[in-house]
Amino acid sequence: MSAFIVKRLGFAVITLWAVLTLVFFIVRVVPGDPAQVVLGDQATADAIAAMRVRLGLDRPLVLQYAEFLFGALRGDWGISLVTGRPVLVEVMDVLPWTLELTVASLFIGAIIGIPLGVWAAVNRNRIPDYVTRLASLLGLSFPAFVSGILLLILFAIQLRWFPVISAQAEGVGGWLRALALPAFNLGLIMAAYITRVTRSAMLEVLSEDFVRTARAKGVPWRVVVWRHALRNALIPVITIVGLYLGVLIGNSVLTEIVFNRPGLGKLIVGALNQRDYTMLQGMMVIYTLVVIVVNLLTDLAYGAADPRVKLK
Amino acid sequence: MSATARPRNAAIAATIRAFNANKTSWFGLGVFILVVALAILAPWIAPNDPIEQDIFSKLQGPSSTYPLGTDYFGRCILSRLLYGARYSLLIGVVSTLAAMLIGSTIGILAGWHGGRFDVIVMQAMDVMLAFPALILGLIIVAVLGPTLTNIIVAIAFTSIPAFARIARAPTISVKEREYVEACRALGFSDARIMFLHILPNIFAEILVMSSLWLASAIRTEASLAFIGLGLKPPTPTWGGMIREGFENILDSYWLALAPGTAILVVVFALNLLGDGLRDAVDPKLKGEQ
Amino acid sequence: MIPPVLSIQGLTTSFRVDGVWRPVVENLSFDVGPRETVAIVGESGSGKSVTALSTMRLLPAANSRVEGRILLQGRDLLALPEAEMRQVRGNDVAMIFQEPMTSLNPVLTVGFQVAEALVYHRGMNQAAAEAEALRLFERVRIPAARSRFHEYPHRFSGGMRQRVMIAMALACKPKLLIADEPTTALDVTIQAQILELVKMLQEEEGMSVLFITHDMGVVAEIADRTVVMYKGLAVEEGPTAEVFRAPRAPYTRALLSAVPELGSMAGRARPMRFPVVDIVTGGSDQPVEVPDTVAAAERPLLEVSNLVTRFDIRGGILSRVTGRVHAVESVSFSLHAGETLALVGESGCGKSTTGRSILRLVPPSAGRIMFEGKDIASLGRTGLRAMRRRMQMIFQDPFASLNPRRTVGAALAEPITVHGLAGKAEARERVAELLRKVGLSPDMASRYPHEFSGGQRQRLCIARALALEPRLIVADEAVSALDVSIKAQVLNLMLDLQAELGLAYLFISHDIAVVERVSHRIAVMYMGEVVEIGPRAAIFEAPQHPYTKRLMAAVPVPDPARRAMRRGLSNDEIRSPVRAPDFVPPVRTYREVAPGHVVQVAGEEWDRA
Repeated sequence: MSAFIVKRLGFAVITLWAVLTLVFFIVRVVPGDPAQVVLGDQATADAIAAMRVRLGLDRPLVLQYAEFLFGALRGDWGISLVTGRPVLVEVMDVLPWTLELTVASLFIGAIIGIPLGVWAAVNRNRIPDYVTRLASLLGLSFPAFVSGILLLILFAIQLRWFPVISAQAEGVGGWLRALALPAFNLGLIMAAYITRVTRSAMLEVLSEDFVRTARAKGVPWRVVVWRHALRNALIPVITIVGLYLGVLIGNSVLTEIVFNRPGLGKLIVGALNQRDYTMLQGMMVIYTLVVIVVNLLTDLAYGAADPRVKLK
Repeated sequence: MSATARPRNAAIAATIRAFNANKTSWFGLGVFILVVALAILAPWIAPNDPIEQDIFSKLQGPSSTYPLGTDYFGRCILSRLLYGARYSLLIGVVSTLAAMLIGSTIGILAGWHGGRFDVIVMQAMDVMLAFPALILGLIIVAVLGPTLTNIIVAIAFTSIPAFARIARAPTISVKEREYVEACRALGFSDARIMFLHILPNIFAEILVMSSLWLASAIRTEASLAFIGLGLKPPTPTWGGMIREGFENILDSYWLALAPGTAILVVVFALNLLGDGLRDAVDPKLKGEQ
Repeated sequence: MIPPVLSIQGLTTSFRVDGVWRPVVENLSFDVGPRETVAIVGESGSGKSVTALSTMRLLPAANSRVEGRILLQGRDLLALPEAEMRQVRGNDVAMIFQEPMTSLNPVLTVGFQVAEALVYHRGMNQAAAEAEALRLFERVRIPAARSRFHEYPHRFSGGMRQRVMIAMALACKPKLLIADEPTTALDVTIQAQILELVKMLQEEEGMSVLFITHDMGVVAEIADRTVVMYKGLAVEEGPTAEVFRAPRAPYTRALLSAVPELGSMAGRARPMRFPVVDIVTGGSDQPVEVPDTVAAAERPLLEVSNLVTRFDIRGGILSRVTGRVHAVESVSFSLHAGETLALVGESGCGKSTTGRSILRLVPPSAGRIMFEGKDIASLGRTGLRAMRRRMQMIFQDPFASLNPRRTVGAALAEPITVHGLAGKAEARERVAELLRKVGLSPDMASRYPHEFSGGQRQRLCIARALALEPRLIVADEAVSALDVSIKAQVLNLMLDLQAELGLAYLFISHDIAVVERVSHRIAVMYMGEVVEIGPRAAIFEAPQHPYTKRLMAAVPVPDPARRAMRRGLSNDEIRSPVRAPDFVPPVRTYREVAPGHVVQVAGEEWDRA
């Protein structure tokens, strides 16, 4: 198991380095002078030169690259061109908001999706299965901003059960009320994905020989389903949910915009609009880190769920 | 027996049978064809010019001149929806086709060659796959600029790894089948085996996935436009229309509803279609229906 | 008269296929008495496994229908509510299955899985159940049972997993054990162990056994009475000795005549055709010895010397080589035109890799392969392609070895046109000729592979191999997936083709009885090495190496008279050819015990054998 973890960690480091290098060169290779891009078309030559110095673009490329890598390692991701505050501080300010949203929605997705998927698989080609399949297909067809806007219109504007802007929070009640709509928006979409993955994994597992063995020894059907089958089905579910992480993060950006909630998504959109390119660099790094950490967690969960992994 | 163990004509018959078993996929196909037809016919059936502003009739309700009402600039919502469909479908179809061609080629090559090449290529693909497609798309469009071509490039780029994965798995399983080994024993070249013996056996799976990824591409395009990185206004795009509606959500939220419904209907129809097709070609599910 | 434990009366099981109910088992009746072993024997599609699953009521309810009566000690199982049936399963009737590799749950420990039945049927708590399960592990002779109790199934070999399955089945002391092809997926020496174990446990427990198999040898070895099934019907039933001695049904006669019997070739020099029996009348022709085809005077067609093929196993942090599969280790032999050399051995012995290395489908690590006097290692791309025309391969699985999306005609013509041997029109004529040659009709060329049966597909594979007019054919378990009667027909075809075309066969097989029938010479492989090679008669009549002897003794013989013979209980496992990266294979010495009969001097590991 330890060799397995070390190997995954090594892979994570290589990935991080590759992304950092890619980010560094994209910014410099892409046509158009970043300083020009930052300052806009009307900037004077002097202003652009000054900006180049400020961004460190006047120095040799190798030096810039080394500084960039070294800085990224030390947590020095530069200063935001717009706010003047360190990028890391800006990111750390909003990271908890995004984490809280994604973890809550993953939780909602699993709680709804796994039992629903099992239920559909056990009732294959009967009414519960059809209803579940159709509902989950509809769920994952929703662009997160469309579903978010619908929730907002219905529950915040029409019914006024929840705040329209979910940034202000007073006490635990206020925090929950602010979190509820965005978390459900993301969570229901996640539930749609998890339902479908669980259903197909369960269908596959239920046709395995060992399920027949369990039935042949007289184990009750519910134990066959929830102990023998689901434990095996969770292995592919974990992997695929890990792969849907990208969908989750993308949807969280849209959700944060719709519910006007602070977070990485709002930060990156702001940086894009204001051409704050040191901030963008930092955001790329933080997203890569998040992806890597979640992949590691997925691998660990996978290793915990599947005794065969320890062999590697 | 697996789907790949059937010849073309029998496979088509079985596919249609399985497709028939799932009535909702016909519904999906019908809706999608309707939307395509409406988009193609937009210049002839749209009641008004989608870009022309009429300040005196802004924010109107449905009327005979404006069947779905007008927006903030007094533009006809129905006409903008019809023209918007053209952009959504164009961007979706072209980017999905490009991703399918490039991604499947990568996947087939990786699966066929195996070894280090496979490991390195697929790990790169996995990282790209795990990286949020929307963020990647956002950055590419932001850096390159929001033109039609750049948006297509960005969306295609983000779905390449998915196609690589989709093509690689069946390539590996087909490669291990004895008939491919027999081809090698008969002295056939690699290219002949890959394109004449492997590709036809995995093409159905790739094609099915394309319909699901077309849905995803249309959604991504709308998301980009919603964030403000779509085609520049006043070009009508569904995502852009929702954005305009959303900016005034407190007093005129219905502006967001029509394009929102349009996206949902198209994406849902494509997903229904792809889902039915997948059941129809999935070797694991076949024969049980 | 003692009442039977199981009485099946008028069982008809149907499956719904495309909305139509099709009977798979029709009006089947038989009894299993106390302490009796009844075998159901039949080929694929005979309905034997469906009978077992019907008894356990394990068929999917949605598309299957079971009619008739299945009485377990007078109680009709088909009339029981599901909750009561669940009390019967694993408690009164237990079952073991064909595939030990997939029949255990990979995420639960073996100990837990065995204890589970005790928890549900005996109401034991977990600790008591596990103590009892551990006792069962020892009874089925699992070595180091205590330390392996909490391991997961992937750490167990196929034979050991089948022992776990047996322990699980015996947990609640069932009155009836249903064994559905329990040894089919196992190697022959492991099969012998498991059969021995089942026999012994049956005596100790006093249970009845319903044994389902396709192997007449296994039937002869285990069953008191035999039911022969064909296409869903019981065609014959009786005491095993009678069924073998005087089969009444034509089908039984056909089946028995197709079964090669170990030792039946004594005194014959050359391979023998199988008798062809008419399934309707039961009449049979007299099989004849094939003509002498071996071109012994010429230089051997194929000369393999010191062939080595190893595969690295990578693992750890830097993907270093952590082990090496010594698949083929210093193998040497030669093969003349018109000759059949059989490579026999159990799984992992390297026989398949040897065949693939010769065709360079896997790259050999060392050694020399001379074909028609040319060293094939020195061949470039074009040379290799030209060489592949002269040696061809037939694979085990006839369903997987034809491209499902090409017509048979296209599949057969492709090698001819790709190698530029003929134009399109001429190729079409060649295809017709090839089809005739393998006993098929030329108008079948427009059909797709799925329209053919398994035996016909294997004929197609042979035809495709012949398209390039090869001189050597490597047949890798070419008839192993076929039913016995089909197997006999395909083997007859191969013998006829050898006589007609002077083909050399490298016949790779685990089926010793088949090998005895069709080969001129035999090489026995073990752990990547040839331990004994010689003329067929010498290997069978005077085996020298301890492994050869063990292998021969393990083969079930379709002769009920030998049933009393006991082999003694053993739990040896087949050793793995995976070694540490620094492993240096020992230098072997060989001695020639008779002209052409060469035996490896057995190493220390054989001392106790």
